Amino acid sequence: MNKVLEIENLTVNFDGFKALNNLNFSMDSGELRVIIGPNGAGKTTFLDVITGKVQPTQGRVLFKGRNLKKIPEYKIARMGIGRKFQTPRVYLNLTVRENLDLVCNHNKNVFSTLFNRPKSGEIRTVAGLLETIGLEAKAESPAALLSHGEKQRLEIGMLVAQSPDLLLVDEPAAGLTDEETENVGALILSLAEAHSIIAIEHDMEFVRQIAKNKVTVLHQGSVLCEGKMDEVQNDPRVIEVYLGKAPE
Amino acid sequence: MNPKKAIALNKKKQRQKLIEIGIVLGLVFIFAVILPILLPGFRLRLLGRILSLSIVALGIDLIWGYTGLLSLGHGIFFALGGYGLAMHLKLQLPDGQLPEFFTLYGVRELPWFWYPFYSFPVTIMAVIVIPGIVAGLLGYLVFRNRIKGVYFSIITQAALLVFFNFFNGQQKLINGTNGLKTDTETIFGMLASSDLAQKTFYIITVIALVVVYYLCRLLTSGRFGRLLVAIRDDETRVRFSGYDPTGYKVLVFAISGAIAGIAGALYTVQTGIITPKFMEVPFSIEMVIWVAVGGRATLIGAIIGTLLVRLGQTFLSESFPEVWLFFQGALFLIVVTVLPDGIVGWWRDFAWNKLRHILGLQKRIITYPSLEENPEVIQEKAELEEN
Repeated sequence: MNKVLEIENLTVNFDGFKALNNLNFSMDSGELRVIIGPNGAGKTTFLDVITGKVQPTQGRVLFKGRNLKKIPEYKIARMGIGRKFQTPRVYLNLTVRENLDLVCNHNKNVFSTLFNRPKSGEIRTVAGLLETIGLEAKAESPAALLSHGEKQRLEIGMLVAQSPDLLLVDEPAAGLTDEETENVGALILSLAEAHSIIAIEHDMEFVRQIAKNKVTVLHQGSVLCEGKMDEVQNDPRVIEVYLGKAPE
Repeated sequence: MNPKKAIALNKKKQRQKLIEIGIVLGLVFIFAVILPILLPGFRLRLLGRILSLSIVALGIDLIWGYTGLLSLGHGIFFALGGYGLAMHLKLQLPDGQLPEFFTLYGVRELPWFWYPFYSFPVTIMAVIVIPGIVAGLLGYLVFRNRIKGVYFSIITQAALLVFFNFFNGQQKLINGTNGLKTDTETIFGMLASSDLAQKTFYIITVIALVVVYYLCRLLTSGRFGRLLVAIRDDETRVRFSGYDPTGYKVLVFAISGAIAGIAGALYTVQTGIITPKFMEVPFSIEMVIWVAVGGRATLIGAIIGTLLVRLGQTFLSESFPEVWLFFQGALFLIVVTVLPDGIVGWWRDFAWNKLRHILGLQKRIITYPSLEENPEVIQEKAELEEN
């Protein structure tokens, strides 16, 4: 099977602190992979390296076989990697429709953005997305007036609009009510049918909902173990990392 | 949205557009036809200067209000435009003669960069293009290294000081501290300080203001404008959506610089002189104050702010010359603390609704606009009331 992402001996060194330490990772295209790990395990740095925000000290990242070294963020995004941030990041002063329209723009160069009018295909895509994320009624209100959950949905909609091959989702359930968490979980599962997804999560209930395949556990910048959710949950090393060493 | 509603909305938009065009034409008529008849020459000249300052305010609004980059160095571009036109005026001489100040410093040969300014079309081009290129280059160097926020402001101010000191020290090139006087020179055979020339400059200023205003409207209304707002609000998100913000910021900064150049040229001929004083730090900061007073990211606010502050300055300093600076300081403090969105922002967000309510045109909103004007809530309420 095709590998969508391969990471070899990746080390990221922040002034002597190794946020990632000789990490190896790979995933098949079409897979939904959940990454868990205690605080400071390097989960967010891991996403930063894939999206080009942080350059690796050593090792390399291959996306569909292409080395991502020294490629700027916006080009990586155009290659087909979309990222959702931990807190929803949408453009608060723009309306929901305008938020989506900016991402749907096919040619993102300065002059074509300036001179070309939105194509009818793009307008239709925006309308379709509004329906998918269930924000049709609020299409014309500024994103600042949306609730937290609605912002999360809008941001996920903006990601889908990029039609990425690989979606990186950073703690989508953080700060949501139980009901909203389940909605977001269902949205991610439906997206997984057409995209490869890496989801980082803390909330074990949520992980159980979405982790149908493999789960990867990060600890101190390296992969601690990998496997099905039940296997990982019963792995003594994982229990130790999460709960501390059992008393002898 | 159902089609009926969409058509109604479209009609409303068209009507608003017509009203707006009517207002603009009316204002142009007042400023370009009526005021020149009513006002004495020196008042008209003053108004022309203020209107040309509001052009540079539009440029600042573009880069600061919309894109979120606070430039404290627009004096550079303003002065470059002014020097360009002043050099052309200085060269209106019989063949073989040099502008008289050169003889003071023993310069016999015209410096090479003066030659293009013999031609009027080249001068007009240069007044727009040179400040644009300088701004573009400065912007490219700064934005490529992802410098923003306070650091950007400091760098633009430092650049301003560099230009100020350079122009001050170059007697043999552009007459140093003394600057270039335009009032005693001719343009197309007219004395630049004559009533006819000044009236022409004034009319050109009004036209330039309208053209620049519509250019800014064009830039800020479509996708491009929304992307500028997006860069201001969350640049990282813009990058991860596949846009390279650097190009956009460089282009906007260059356009903003070119606009300042036009303003500088018009201001210079209506002032009668250009000196390196135009590149002093307080003047560039004052430009920012105009935009803050009028309201950021509202183009009309930049114009209103400039008119208010400058007219206030004129009248107050005529009657109480010693208190004007206190007034200016107080005005800035009041705007920052009480009206963070400026006068236009206050009108749009508060006064307009209040007025409509007093006139009985709109229900008063008791809770939050986000709740009471929420389309979903309104829809549900209507359905409940039907049942």
